[in-house]
Amino acid sequence: MLTALLLFFPLAAALLLHFFKGGTARVVAFGAALLEFVLAVVVAIASKSSSATQFAIDQPWIASSGIRFHIGLDGLSLLLVLLTTFLVPLIMLASFRHEYKNASAFYALILFMQTGLIGVFVSLDAFLFYFFWEVALIPIYFIAGVWGGERRIQVTFKFFLYTIIGSLFMLAAFVYLYFQTGVNGAPRSSDLLAFYNLSLSAAEQSWLFWLIFIAFAVKMPVFPFHTWQPDTYTESPAPATMLLSGIMLKMGIYGTLRWLLPVVPLGVSQWSKPVMVLAVIGIIYGAIIAIRQRDMKRLIAYSSLSHVGLMAAGVFSLTQLGLQGAVIQMLAHGVNAVGMFFVIDCIERRTGTREIADLGGLTRHTPVLSVTFLVMLLSTVALPLTAGFVGEFLLLAGVYEYSAWLGAIAGLTIIFAAVYLLRMFQRVMLGPDTSFTATIRDLTGAELAVLVPLILLVFWIGLFPNTFLHISEPSIIQLLDIVKR
Amino acid sequence: MISIVLLSVLGIANLFLGFLRSNRMLLPVAMLILVVVFGANVLDWNAASQSYFNNMLTIDRYSVAFTGIVVLTTLLLLPFSEKYVRDGEANLAEYYSLLLFSLVGAIMMVSYDNLLMLFVGIEILSISMYVLAGSDKRNVRSNEAALKYFLMGSFATGILLFGIALVYGATGTFQLTQIGAGVANPANASFTPMLYIGMLLMFIGISFKVSAAPFHYWTPDVYEGTPTFFTAFMSTVVKTAGFAAFLKLLMIAFSSAQSFWIPTIMAMTVLTLLIGNVGAVAQNSAKRMLAYSSISHAGYLFIGLVALNGKLSANGIFFYSLAYSIATVAAFAVLKLVIDQRQREDYDGLNGLAKTNPLLAFVMTVAMLSLAGIPLTGGFFGKFFLFGAAVDKGHIGLVVFAVVMSMVGIYYYLRPVIAMYMRPAIDEEDATPVAVTGFQSAVLVLLALLTIVLGVLPSLVSNLL
Repeated sequence: MLTALLLFFPLAAALLLHFFKGGTARVVAFGAALLEFVLAVVVAIASKSSSATQFAIDQPWIASSGIRFHIGLDGLSLLLVLLTTFLVPLIMLASFRHEYKNASAFYALILFMQTGLIGVFVSLDAFLFYFFWEVALIPIYFIAGVWGGERRIQVTFKFFLYTIIGSLFMLAAFVYLYFQTGVNGAPRSSDLLAFYNLSLSAAEQSWLFWLIFIAFAVKMPVFPFHTWQPDTYTESPAPATMLLSGIMLKMGIYGTLRWLLPVVPLGVSQWSKPVMVLAVIGIIYGAIIAIRQRDMKRLIAYSSLSHVGLMAAGVFSLTQLGLQGAVIQMLAHGVNAVGMFFVIDCIERRTGTREIADLGGLTRHTPVLSVTFLVMLLSTVALPLTAGFVGEFLLLAGVYEYSAWLGAIAGLTIIFAAVYLLRMFQRVMLGPDTSFTATIRDLTGAELAVLVPLILLVFWIGLFPNTFLHISEPSIIQLLDIVKR
Repeated sequence: MISIVLLSVLGIANLFLGFLRSNRMLLPVAMLILVVVFGANVLDWNAASQSYFNNMLTIDRYSVAFTGIVVLTTLLLLPFSEKYVRDGEANLAEYYSLLLFSLVGAIMMVSYDNLLMLFVGIEILSISMYVLAGSDKRNVRSNEAALKYFLMGSFATGILLFGIALVYGATGTFQLTQIGAGVANPANASFTPMLYIGMLLMFIGISFKVSAAPFHYWTPDVYEGTPTFFTAFMSTVVKTAGFAAFLKLLMIAFSSAQSFWIPTIMAMTVLTLLIGNVGAVAQNSAKRMLAYSSISHAGYLFIGLVALNGKLSANGIFFYSLAYSIATVAAFAVLKLVIDQRQREDYDGLNGLAKTNPLLAFVMTVAMLSLAGIPLTGGFFGKFFLFGAAVDKGHIGLVVFAVVMSMVGIYYYLRPVIAMYMRPAIDEEDATPVAVTGFQSAVLVLLALLTIVLGVLPSLVSNLL
């Protein structure tokens, strides 16, 4: 029951929002998102640490065809639900300072998307998963396309086509698997466990792997499926960028963990090497391009590409370290990315530019802003004590366990990140004033209200990662059991 | 059966209402007639299947279900003829009566048991449509549409009739079940060439009516020239009835000759999907795009025929027709309102609609997503069930092709959405809201809701047959 409440409450709030206008609408939306977070925390406290699915609901959905409305939470889902419900109110708070036209529609779409995202994380039926996977896409397309920058139309169009075509491949694979469950006269089922229990030949798994993987690879995105990402991140309005990088990207990683590794384990072991190589190429590629960027938002977009490459590599190392690293890094990256994009948005609103060359000397005028920027930045660089360190350390350890060479190359990510991020910090925050930065104000209280929770979480994950690692550990161990059997 | 009688009698009554020269009465009366017919049709649902006219027609669940779709579609479409009422259209009573009569034809097509009844049904439907296509008398395009439709349509009917004659020659009967037995009977082997030619000619005739390639050439021109209101009727009711008839023919009469016709229909499926989708990409007029899209949907429905998977096929085609009809009515309804006011049929005519008429834009978006087959809308499950039925029978290559084609579909269905939400209105005139009556708005909301309900709770109707 709690899961269903968690899932549908944002949707109900989104529908309700239709009756409010402008200023009231956003307050109502924020209140609803906050309430949703409280609900998620209650669920987290009520849950037990085990690999078993809790708070499950299992109802027939499309009767006669064995497709069920089956949702539930285990440790892994719970962490992602917590991340989503934590970030959404902050993202809303972050968009308060923009006077978006048609605010009630804007916030309703964010809430609608939240239902889609949570649906993805709690679905235990393949078609339900696919359903929510697409449901999450529709609102973000409109948010980015309607409220975005100048080139939004082409860019979001490309984004939409890429992701939906990617996911159609996944749907094809699910349909195939669904028919396979009925091969021996058993009733067909699209349940997660039914998929886990299939005995598929290595040849089948080999091509099924790619069908499913492409959907997740586009979403993350993994090189070379990333071409939609930098443009979309840059052209989208700040809240959409935060939603995309903070939460939506995790759908890809989560999908890989839940619906790829255990479903086609032989396919995974067959293809893990090429995928690892692609992921590592993405790490280096994203980082090198990030170094050359002049636009801060674009720079973070490429840095995100580089970091997600490392997460993918950790996942496909199939080691407990790598998987746990990916889980903790999903949280850390969510927090870091939202924080970074928010700080950049703050700077852009004050100066009207995101060009690194136009900026300089911000520290003198905005000391608080530059401190928060530094914290987020150092966490992204993976400095010890911050969230980024725990995630990247575990990930690199996992990749190293898989292959020392790849581990060494992937390790470059930290060095590269230091190069491009610290250079950006140096140019934007230090140095002489420019015409853009001479007269700007420091962070306001409302902006701090967004950043303080993020910073607290950065240190919480950095100092006490076990709080979170414990939640996901049983699920990850069970997952590896299924993969390795 | 009662729905056929009611429609015919009330259709004539409606015609007499025209003498009163009271246009404002006509629309409510026509809608009331359809509500009554729909109700009478629903009453038939639980009755045992019954044959009429010496077994020429059978009213069973199959026919009741498809009759339900065509009547409901017409009912939901009618409010958008309101402009005719406002403009004092002189022949409105005739238009409505022709629509009601054409529904009689459609109902015969979904409940026939005898090829003659199929032929009569198709003719009743088609002749009404020829007239309605040309109803905008002073418009050259409308005249062109009517003439094209009539000339090509009569050839197609002729070919269909020839096919029926040859099938009769091979099997000695018009009765579906007896043809089925005759086709299966090895003693008739010497008539096989005649039978096969007859079948082919029948397929050509029906494919023309449902605008399947390579007999689709009339579609874009006729759809474009025909007044939008009747185009909507043409692309929903005619197609639904055509496919219900086609499925019945293949399942009952020709199921023993599968080895012959499955490759034929499969080739047509591939061609239809390709021409429909690729053709739609190249269009700049929203109306023409919908014409090509209706071709492509004929292709998806063909997949249900190829699968010939008993209940799965029947249910799949039923669900798909329903979802498609509702989404198409919604799309054409919005388009008609916009075209009436802005006088342009290209995508740019939709620019800025989200600002001036958020409701119209929303309904159009839901319709487009449904036609594109994106989850949360009925169109997704429509494709899902049809493709599932085909995969179940091992037609994996065909389904893969159809999926690729539906990816192409996403491209062109998004274009109206982009125009409405992301582009500003072109000039001052376009920035004024499109006039919609309260009742029309309510119907549009209902259409969007139905589409979403079908997309969230498909099991409500996915297993009726």
